Amino acid sequence: MNFDLTEERQMLQDSLRRYLRDKYSTATRNEILESAAGMSTDVWAQLAELGVIGALFTEEQGGFGGAGFDIAVVFEELGRAGVVEPFMDSALIGGRILAACDKSDLVEEMIGGGLQLAVAHGEPTSRYDLSHVRTSVDGGKLNGRKAVVMNAEMADHLIVSARTSGDVADEAGISLYLVAKDAPGLTIQGYPLLAGGRAAEVTLDGVEGELLSEDGFAVLSDVIALATTAQCAETLGAMDTATRLTNDYLGTRKQFGRPIGTFQALAHRMADMLIEMEQARSAVINAAGNLNEETRIRDLNISAAKNLLGRAGRLIAEEAIQMHGGIAMTQEYELAHIAKRITMADHRFGDTDHHLERFIALSAA
Amino acid sequence: MDLSYTDEELAFRDEVRAFMRDELPKEMSDKIRLGEELGKEGQEKWHAILNSKGWLAPNWPKKFGGAEWNAVQRHIFEEEAAAHHAPRIVPFGLSMLAPVLQKFGSKEQQDYWLPRLLEGKDWWCQGYSEPGAGSDLASLKTRAVRDGDHYIVNGQKTWTTLGQHANMIFCLVRTDPDVKQQEGISFLLIDMNTPGIEVRPIILLDGTHEVNEVFFDDVKVPVENLVGEENKGWTYAKYLLTHERTNIAGVGFSQAGLNTVKRIARAEMAGGKPLMANPHFAARVAQVEIDLKAMATSNLRIISKAAAGGAPGVEASMLKVKGTIIRQEINDLARRAVGPYAMPFASEAIEGSNEALPDPHEAGPVAAQYFNNRKLSIFGGSNEIQRGIIAKVMMGGGQ
Ligand SMILES: Cc1cc2nc3c(=O)[nH]c(=O)nc-3n(C[C@H](O)[C@H](O)[C@H](O)COP(=O)(O)OP(=O)(O)OC[C@H]3O[C@@H](n4cnc5c(N)ncnc54)[C@H](O)[C@@H]3O)c2cc1C
Ligand SMILES: Cc1cc2nc3c(=O)[nH]c(=O)nc-3n(C[C@H](O)[C@H](O)[C@H](O)COP(=O)(O)OP(=O)(O)OC[C@H]3O[C@@H](n4cnc5c(N)ncnc54)[C@H](O)[C@@H]3O)c2cc1C
Repeated sequence: MNFDLTEERQMLQDSLRRYLRDKYSTATRNEILESAAGMSTDVWAQLAELGVIGALFTEEQGGFGGAGFDIAVVFEELGRAGVVEPFMDSALIGGRILAACDKSDLVEEMIGGGLQLAVAHGEPTSRYDLSHVRTSVDGGKLNGRKAVVMNAEMADHLIVSARTSGDVADEAGISLYLVAKDAPGLTIQGYPLLAGGRAAEVTLDGVEGELLSEDGFAVLSDVIALATTAQCAETLGAMDTATRLTNDYLGTRKQFGRPIGTFQALAHRMADMLIEMEQARSAVINAAGNLNEETRIRDLNISAAKNLLGRAGRLIAEEAIQMHGGIAMTQEYELAHIAKRITMADHRFGDTDHHLERFIALSAA
Repeated sequence: MDLSYTDEELAFRDEVRAFMRDELPKEMSDKIRLGEELGKEGQEKWHAILNSKGWLAPNWPKKFGGAEWNAVQRHIFEEEAAAHHAPRIVPFGLSMLAPVLQKFGSKEQQDYWLPRLLEGKDWWCQGYSEPGAGSDLASLKTRAVRDGDHYIVNGQKTWTTLGQHANMIFCLVRTDPDVKQQEGISFLLIDMNTPGIEVRPIILLDGTHEVNEVFFDDVKVPVENLVGEENKGWTYAKYLLTHERTNIAGVGFSQAGLNTVKRIARAEMAGGKPLMANPHFAARVAQVEIDLKAMATSNLRIISKAAAGGAPGVEASMLKVKGTIIRQEINDLARRAVGPYAMPFASEAIEGSNEALPDPHEAGPVAAQYFNNRKLSIFGGSNEIQRGIIAKVMMGGGQ
């Protein structure tokens, strides 16, 4: 047994952490949050140069990582700093779909930092069901409506899922298409997100696209397995920040003439937060370490992690705010942003209940 | 033991219902239901409607122009108001300051300020908290020094709810720094338009402007604005806090919130079935509903005791803790119910987008409300402070 990071991963973690600590301050991030784009292209380019995107792809795909632990290392650091740039949706999900569909030229562009993608898969009624696709293909043209599409406005291309056969929730019959951002018939209605970044409602009205895969569900479920693991790691990083901020605050904030952390009512809850942090870290290790196992084992571990992170995350976000008192409720304070990211992570790739049910189903299988 | 309302109480409930149905403007209740801000004008309009009915000051004695309702009547009114999505009465002047003036204020203060409150001439805010004085309120530092027929005030207040709309603030100030903390505090009424006062907004994590910082730089306050005696302010402050904690259980709000959760969850589909039919979600809703049912009865037990003359003491703290936990849990359920649509910031962003929902407007702001209502367990004496009070009282002084 060895729970240490390899040397390469340790270096990646160190350089990423250093960059974010120096260049991605709360003030900088708050400016980015306020901006019309909701992201910084400079930060994107600099992180690409640091190798952050390359680490998400295997050597065969043109990268230098791509394994569960590479992805976890990157996203934990992004989460720790509350980064709002779309590494999840554009680079990991979009990029890995392209890699799975052998679009190596675009993957290369992605790794270089020169490409932005959006994946238009979820629909207004799909909730967390990966196989729920109503968007249709008619004479090669796409028609439908996609919900909460991350990074749609900044994307050069959209990857769109559409149904070529079967019923709304069938796994078979889902194809993936590459659609240019300026394709006729494509409407993008953008809005900001509570936890930073931007998304959009996307309408497709006779839009032409290039077929990427006819086995869309298989491609998606593999990539979403990676993304869910990455999301758990990102949330872990954010939880770590919330815990650290709270720990620091309990030691410095004085009421009744003493640091509030000396009140046992708070000290014990701080201890619980630390215990849950360790649980969460182990769950992420389980998810990342089982990514290459057979699908059932892989998904069992991912669902376990997502459920646990959802529960521990809620505890930590809520306790961190409560123990800070009023100050944590202010928009500009670091914790407010971090707490929102932790909470909103539960709304991605299936929430606590969704993964509880999936864990039960997979355990019984 | 009789769990039902008396005939008079039922008749009163019908009267309140009819009033809400006939007099509460629909555009107002729509806004409240959808979690939108009513704004100053809207609040003032609702106050005027209530005042013309004589219902603006339910807790005031008749001699001051109040309705003098007993605790059960007030409870019925609050429940009906929440059920009809009526705006909440801004409490600072009407239900916090007024009882202090009625009990400790001079005749002149009562004659001048109380009618103005009913007529909506003043908007009051509460200047208690300071950056260094939150839970430990008695450590406040804002100084008031007597100078002839004025006090000169210097210092800073914070978390001042709706201070941006207010023309008056009631403040706790330190008038004697050399005695035990609680003994050197006075209660001052300050005109927000006096030179030297600056109000700066604090934006909360859900993007709302609800609270403010208020700075005092050599602010001149006439001595007739001192309430009661100099250095006795702590007594008045504590009296006010017992009024701050009325309706703290928020049963009506919780019931309305629970109805919203169920409405959303019946429309939202999960795995081909309505979310409300999902056993895990249904279980979560049922647990809160069970807690709420019991709390509603606890609330009534305490209220009927109060109506019979007993003063609610530690029970108010119990209701505050349980009531806020329940309300926050309902906010959490609402955010879960809308799934990925919890993520957009602006509610208008998803206008008309989620066909499955009966009213996507209703789903839009739920996550923002979840974050905003984290405040419920922090302000008005945090839940930790309430638990401290409960333990201290129940354990006979020891902690
Ligand atoms: C099944 C069992 C097997 C055991 N086996 C052994 C054994 O093999 N050898 C041996 O030597 N002992 C043994 N013990 C004893 C055990 O170590 C003690 O029960 C334990 O140390 C607690 O002491 P206590 O029972 O006197 O409780 P107390 O110390 O009186 O504590 C009562 C409660 O107060 C809490 N409390 C106490 N101090 C604080 C504080 N400062 N802050 C917050 N909370 C506090 C405790 O957590 C507990 O909830 C055993 C006990 C049990 C139940
Ligand atoms: C939205 C909002 C609106 C508000 N509106 C107003 C207003 O209009 N007017 C006004 O005057 N104030 C207002 N407040 C201030 C509010 O009353 C304070 O936030 C509250 O008293 C807590 O103080 P604090 O924020 O300084 O937290 P702190 O007192 O610093 O507390 C931090 C944490 O420590 C805990 N803690 C502190 N002491 C103890 C102890 N002895 N034992 C155990 N735990 C302890 C607290 O419970 C909390 O969890 C508002 C606050 C908010 C968030």
